[in-house]
Amino acid sequence: MSADRVTGADPADLYAVLKGFEGRPAAVAGVGKDPVNEPMIRHWCEAMGDTGAAYRGPGAIAPPTMLQAWTMGGLSGHTGRSQAYDELLALLDGAGYTSVVATDCEQEYERDLRPGDRITFDAVIESVSARKTTTLGTGYFVTTRTDVRAQGEPAGTHRFRILKYAPAARRGGDDRAKRPRPVVNRDNAGFWDGVAEHKLLIQRCAGCGTLRFPWLPGCGRCGAQEWDPVEVSGAGTVFSYVVMHRPVFPAFDPPYAVALIELAEGVRMVGNVVGVPYGEVRIGMPVRAEFVRVDGEWELPVFRPADGGRGGRG
Amino acid sequence: MKAGDELPALEIPVTRTLIVAGAVASRDYQDVHHDTEAARAKGAPDIFMNILTTNGLVGRYVTDHFGPAARLRAVRIRLGAPNYPGDTMVLTGTVTALGPDGTAEVRIVGANGLGHHVTGTVTVSVQEQDS
Repeated sequence: MSADRVTGADPADLYAVLKGFEGRPAAVAGVGKDPVNEPMIRHWCEAMGDTGAAYRGPGAIAPPTMLQAWTMGGLSGHTGRSQAYDELLALLDGAGYTSVVATDCEQEYERDLRPGDRITFDAVIESVSARKTTTLGTGYFVTTRTDVRAQGEPAGTHRFRILKYAPAARRGGDDRAKRPRPVVNRDNAGFWDGVAEHKLLIQRCAGCGTLRFPWLPGCGRCGAQEWDPVEVSGAGTVFSYVVMHRPVFPAFDPPYAVALIELAEGVRMVGNVVGVPYGEVRIGMPVRAEFVRVDGEWELPVFRPADGGRGGRG
Repeated sequence: MKAGDELPALEIPVTRTLIVAGAVASRDYQDVHHDTEAARAKGAPDIFMNILTTNGLVGRYVTDHFGPAARLRAVRIRLGAPNYPGDTMVLTGTVTALGPDGTAEVRIVGANGLGHHVTGTVTVSVQEQDS
């Protein structure tokens, strides 16, 4: 049942179908397109800047980290890839998860590989994750384990994890997504009306005089439903903050700091901190409210360090 | 050598040439490792280093340090922030354990301008062997 929640927009049974591939072969009786050979070793070492003596001259071995390279299909495609693995990738492609990126590689080396060694391999689909949202996009992690042999002898194992994902929308340019708009209702309309006029309004209970924010229909202290709007000065201090890195939502450009501001009047308000690098925001930093125009359509209160960002530190 | 020893850092300039040469040397022709437009269409700002190249660089970093008699026994890595052209990756390593069989375990971090590109563990035998 948790699978339904995790897979979200996907058909409820997709995750179950994907899980069904666990334990099935990913490659059967695969054969390396080239035997281990000196030119490929040399090209690898040149690219990596690896001048290791073990990889040169008579008695040279291949760099062990080349293990996967000997099994690669190259431009002409994979040999020995199983029907099950192709089906799994096709299912993910069909569901919109068309891109792929590798995330983990775990290799164990049991035997040196030397020029002339003929490579064969078998692979199994070890696991398929629940749907995950990453910086690149949303998708599924697929883990395979490949057992590699040289001249028929065990040479090493290679565990590989990929993310099959649906690319997140590109950022920047004219197609830039708009920010989510505030939800305005009869309980908070007064606040947003104030913001539109560059006024920061909070409520004062007509019964007991308690100031409150965010806007609510009744007083949390005495329960009275009558209130008056009060304009605050906009001065306050950073009570707490976070720096937002991920996930990356369209229209936002992380990293950026979001703070809980304690206003001089005593209520607290959440807002972005601007005009100072996100890494220099500090608890206790004095700030002042200002207003930014968003998407050319509406106003949003933000907070800027009152003294150029030098306060509250040390 | 003892647990806690740190390996000298190695700076790797992440050039477009390194990314493409590493991809081709590892026979990885995924377009995101050589075609900028294709990489952008898939949500990345530019081409980025493939995991096989990162793996090779991590292996080289460890064997460079331990010398010609050293043999890699296991390399386990996880990728984080991608290596895009123009960045620099700084590899650092710490010996975390020494095995009775003459192996050392080294914890590796490769940091670039975005964060940790790679974290992982390398097991390397550091004694002369017969094979």
